[in-house]
Amino acid sequence: MLPSESDTVRRIVEDMKGRPGPLIEVLHSVQAALGYVPPEAVPILAEALNLSRAEVHGVVTFYHFFRETPPGRHTVSLCRAEACQSMGADDLAEHAKGRLGVDFHETTKDGTFSLEPVFCLGNCACSPAAMIDGRLYGRLTPDRFDALIAERQSKTSGPKQ
Amino acid sequence: MSAATVYVPRDASALSIGAGEVATAIAKEASARGIELKLVRNGSRGAFWLEPLVEVVVQSQRPVDAGQSASPANAGQSESLSTASQTQRLAYGPVTVADVPGLFAADFLNGGAHPLALGPTDAIPWFASQQRLTFARVGIVDPASVADYVAHGGYQGLRRALSTAPEAIVQTVLDSGLRGRGGAAFPTGIKWKTVLEQKTQQKYITCNADEGDSGTFSDRMLMEGDPLCLVEGMTIAGLAVGATQGYIYLRAEYPHAYRALNTAIAAAYQARYLGSDVLGSGKRFDLEVRLGAGAYICGEETSMLESLEGKRGEVRVRPPLPAIKGLFGQPTIVNNVITFASVPTILHQGAEFYKNFGMGRSRGTLPLQLAGNIKRGGLVERAFGVSLRELLYDYGGGSATGRPIRAVQVGGPLGAYIPASQFDVLIDYEALTNIGALLGHGGIVVFDDTVDMARMARYAMEFCAIESCGKCTPCRIGSTRGVEVIDRIVGGVESERNVQLLESLCETMLQGSLCGLGGMTPFPVQSALKHFREDFRARKPPLKRTG
Repeated sequence: MLPSESDTVRRIVEDMKGRPGPLIEVLHSVQAALGYVPPEAVPILAEALNLSRAEVHGVVTFYHFFRETPPGRHTVSLCRAEACQSMGADDLAEHAKGRLGVDFHETTKDGTFSLEPVFCLGNCACSPAAMIDGRLYGRLTPDRFDALIAERQSKTSGPKQ
Repeated sequence: MSAATVYVPRDASALSIGAGEVATAIAKEASARGIELKLVRNGSRGAFWLEPLVEVVVQSQRPVDAGQSASPANAGQSESLSTASQTQRLAYGPVTVADVPGLFAADFLNGGAHPLALGPTDAIPWFASQQRLTFARVGIVDPASVADYVAHGGYQGLRRALSTAPEAIVQTVLDSGLRGRGGAAFPTGIKWKTVLEQKTQQKYITCNADEGDSGTFSDRMLMEGDPLCLVEGMTIAGLAVGATQGYIYLRAEYPHAYRALNTAIAAAYQARYLGSDVLGSGKRFDLEVRLGAGAYICGEETSMLESLEGKRGEVRVRPPLPAIKGLFGQPTIVNNVITFASVPTILHQGAEFYKNFGMGRSRGTLPLQLAGNIKRGGLVERAFGVSLRELLYDYGGGSATGRPIRAVQVGGPLGAYIPASQFDVLIDYEALTNIGALLGHGGIVVFDDTVDMARMARYAMEFCAIESCGKCTPCRIGSTRGVEVIDRIVGGVESERNVQLLESLCETMLQGSLCGLGGMTPFPVQSALKHFREDFRARKPPLKRTG
């Protein structure tokens, strides 16, 4: 964790520690600012919130949403739940893994994409669904998936304007 | 002439299939043609097979009332009908960006003929036959506008509540027969009564918006399309039991709902419907949205309370009930989004009005969600008593793939799989229980005849293993053993003996788990074994991991 990052963590927890039951809110803010919750942030949060390190670590690791490693520049979350399965989500997942060359919970070597499973995005009448960087997509096909990936690849790797 | 009004949804599902791009294209085309346009971003009406559904407001060609269904469902809108003067909304859909220039060329802003024209939205049979009480405004109003909410009958329930004694509010909810819409179907009024009777300084109103069941999206649609209805319902609950603080526990997978709720809450504060002096009554109610972090178990109420307190979402042993010792140890109402959103109608129209919908002990209406492999998926609100078959075929139009429907999972990942021979079952808590199924949150996930039910059973166990909070052994260990046993069955390792072992394991989880996750994961597995036994046999290649 960079010194600037630990400053960010300290600032966030100082701002929020007066709220009732603040830890999850703090973790959301830390992840929003840094992209992940660095393990080095745990003792800082524990001390500021008067919790044990184990308690903070326990919360970070309990919730699927919090990650302890930096994400790729784009996070692709594929829905794995029943409604999406009924419309071919398993095949789409295999396709996505092949296209990106990673398994779930992994990030591409160039750091462009992280692939995550998600269990329901509430888009079950437009299955299969995925969320990319907070944007929801429905009725996905392998072709459409490739197009969405290509769009982001060209934006990421293209020449700087 | 005043600017034409066009509605393009900003519901997350509608956006996921292009509504945002369509809205941009319409604005751009209008400006290129020098047309002044009022573009309203509403919620979705819920017919996702017609999304993106674009609506235009035109002068009515007939008396306003004539086209409205005579069902009592529209009674709640009587005031808005009279103020709606002589306009009506015409629908076009599903619209793509490429259709936009053609729509303008066909003068759709004045109701011009076009292949995508669907006529008056309310007259589309899929909508006209519904009984929308809770969803009366979803897809109709601008979700960010208090004024629009009030113009469509909003906050009538709160006004009634402000002039009613707390005991009488609770009695009204009790008399309405409303049962918890999250899935447990516990009588809402009894829960409220228990909290009312507690003599403590601080009580809490918490909304469980951790809608994690696959196949469900009614909470999301309501929070995005009519968030003030939830705000109003929670405010009424606060007045009823003497609680001044509310929390909405929203799942992190719903960023659109998060924005819509926060916008609506800010607007409600601004208009003094929230805060220290609700509508000048001197009564306080504050409301805040808290985000979950991707844990299915937090839909269980005690786990949700732990999470709201900033802890691991491990379930609590009951008793004490949350109504007695809930959030931060104080008496707490925990209700689902749809439960709270049903309350304004009950207060406004009265318990009798609401109770007159439904059948048996299931009173009122339920927003059902048609999902998965279904041709016309979306939200259908009907009184209890509609048959599953009517939902699947009359509303749903059969499977999306055109193949026969083989199985339907009702009530989320913990719900039973229902075979075609039982599609005549009625949507009623007790009727579903009688066939060994459950209604849950009203999600209906459809599978065609290509589904492998051993694979779905395996998924149920795997999902439980991923989402188990780990506190009790049957759930934590049983789910993992369940995956292994099913792998052995389909892998041809003593298949018959392992089927028996799976049945026994299901029984252990059912009897021995602390909460519904471990205790109900057997339902989909047992129902798959019971109705689709032929799928539990050795095959090649073995099943693959899911997640």
